[in-house]
Amino acid sequence: MTEFLQQVLNGVSLGAIYALIALGYTMVYGVLRFINFAHSDVFMLGAFVGWATVERLHLPTRSFGGGLAALALAMVVCAILGVVIEKLAYKPLRNRSTLTVLITAIGVSLLIQNVSQNPTIGFGPNPRAYPELFPARQIHLGGLTVSTNQIVVLAVTVVLLAVLHWIVHRTRTGTAMRALSFNATAASLVGINNDRIISFTFALGSALAGAGGVLYATLYPSIDPLMGTLPGLKAFVAAVLGGIGNLPGAALGGLLIGLVETFVSGTRLSTFRDAIAFAILIAILLFRPAGLLGKLKVEKV
Amino acid sequence: MNRSVSGPRSRRSFLTLAACSAVLAGCREKDGDTGAQAIRLGLFGALSGSEAGLGQYTDMGATLALEEVNAAGGVLGRRLEMVREDNRTMAGESATAVKKLLSRDQVVAVIGDGNSGRCLEAGPLCQAAGVPMVSPAATNPKVTEIGDCIFRVCFTDPFQGAVMARFARETLHLSKVGLLVDASAPYSLGLASVFRERFAAEGGTVVSEQRFSGGDKDFRAQLTALKSAGIEAVFAPSYYHSGGLILRQARDLGFDGPMLGSDGWEAPELLEVAGRTAEGSYFPVHFSPENTDPLVAGFLDRFRRRFGKPPTGVSALAFDTLQLIADALRRAGSAEPPAIRAALASTREFQGITGRISMDSGRNARKPAVIIGVRDGAFRFLRVVDPGDPGRASS
Repeated sequence: MTEFLQQVLNGVSLGAIYALIALGYTMVYGVLRFINFAHSDVFMLGAFVGWATVERLHLPTRSFGGGLAALALAMVVCAILGVVIEKLAYKPLRNRSTLTVLITAIGVSLLIQNVSQNPTIGFGPNPRAYPELFPARQIHLGGLTVSTNQIVVLAVTVVLLAVLHWIVHRTRTGTAMRALSFNATAASLVGINNDRIISFTFALGSALAGAGGVLYATLYPSIDPLMGTLPGLKAFVAAVLGGIGNLPGAALGGLLIGLVETFVSGTRLSTFRDAIAFAILIAILLFRPAGLLGKLKVEKV
Repeated sequence: MNRSVSGPRSRRSFLTLAACSAVLAGCREKDGDTGAQAIRLGLFGALSGSEAGLGQYTDMGATLALEEVNAAGGVLGRRLEMVREDNRTMAGESATAVKKLLSRDQVVAVIGDGNSGRCLEAGPLCQAAGVPMVSPAATNPKVTEIGDCIFRVCFTDPFQGAVMARFARETLHLSKVGLLVDASAPYSLGLASVFRERFAAEGGTVVSEQRFSGGDKDFRAQLTALKSAGIEAVFAPSYYHSGGLILRQARDLGFDGPMLGSDGWEAPELLEVAGRTAEGSYFPVHFSPENTDPLVAGFLDRFRRRFGKPPTGVSALAFDTLQLIADALRRAGSAEPPAIRAALASTREFQGITGRISMDSGRNARKPAVIIGVRDGAFRFLRVVDPGDPGRASS
């Protein structure tokens, strides 16, 4: 029983990070109907911003203040980056086919990865140790061992999800986002500035990815320019699993993928972990093509 | 409009490129002329990527030996030259790198990667070409089983596994150990199977085995399962980039028993990632910098002066590898690969930094192992274990 609860805890803290990344995929899909593959690289850059706050700006390590400042800075930098990527790479292609934008997204992703791997203008290809942003301690609850880092990850995720929910459902910009995802033409007819809302969506999604990057590196303290690929892929699966374009779906999908991975890893089947995660995706798509919480829309031709 | 501009421009840049490559080709031919005098060796390794530390420390050790051999007048009246190829720690790249070394650079001997998997990939190519390959630190037995052209200057996994099993049983008095194995690395699998067998033979039990794959960063699930199985210690044969994260997460989960590793853990990066959580971990290495032998002290001193940091075990092994090849060249009296191969195979009592090296019939060096423990954030020398009898401490 203790083992079960410990694994749930491990799974939830991993799943929380997947959820943060998945939200970015799903929001961009909601407004633009394409998968922003550069999202996983924004996640990576977020982790590096957190690293730079300690190594370059000399913020204190092992303190909640310093950790939260690093988190905030990573979110701001990633939000700006997200907007820049959108303006430079995707906006000129606004009225092209989705496939064109999709391939551009893959190009942007490769560009960021390769620039980051360059030792002179980027970070270099070698993994580096991540500083301890938050004070790391273990708390024993019965047989359970909870690290303060896991609590930080869960707390930050819950707060960010609450803020996101508030923005999307209680603010004018959020309402405009929902209107845009419902019908872009109608939205612009009622006076919504679509370009501005799209930029805002990218900023929001990228900020969440940046936070995810810092949190991921806090739990797994070794970062490199290709660290985003696998978590990005898992988060993409999570977004599809929950129903792409659906925000609660992305969060639910992230948690599910994190839990499934952890439970499979803790058994003899550990080497089939990714295979099982993807098999679940295939099964969901076969029986519920719109994902767990998504509504199937009939495309009118 | 745009297109008509880009046409001539791209043609011009193509011409520039062609001119450049013509110049470069000219340089290469000239290089070839002087190369007829220099004896050319090849080195392939993980100079970048997740095991870059391993490759770079290998390269530094070999480079130091190369410079010293050349400063002393070279070999057979000729300079030694070393061509480096990077496999970026990626599967498939070593074969490409070695093909290039063999066909384009025409090297007469190859210094292999420190990783067994990548040596297994490149070894058959060297064997087919009849060019000897010496790996500084590939410990998997299969590496030298490829054929009579493949050598190593380090101990093997069965030896290393036996040493750790005996150490766990006799020095740490452990009876229940859990294994955490990298299922994608022959190195890790080989060590785990030997450890399991020998630890049982010594009267201990391997209670549980958990697996992960190469680039994994999350080990919490496996470690939780191990901890619940009631283990006293974890044996996690792996490389330092996994090792550091394993140490950190094991302590995060509140496990405070000994953590046992393998020679792949020996890198400063292990301590950087694991920080304080590395305390109480043990692993075998090929060479101890705390050894007071003047030969070792001289090497440490020269290495520090040349590269500004202390060497790791793999640097010492790579240094010995290149010196061993130079010695084989001298004894062969020729720079032809078959002659070098024969001389390498007949190496007896070659005095290296990492001990006296004699090649056995399986082309493996017979040498003692050193057990390292982490104390106060540093690697500390614990004891030397002799290969003849993996249990008897000789220090």
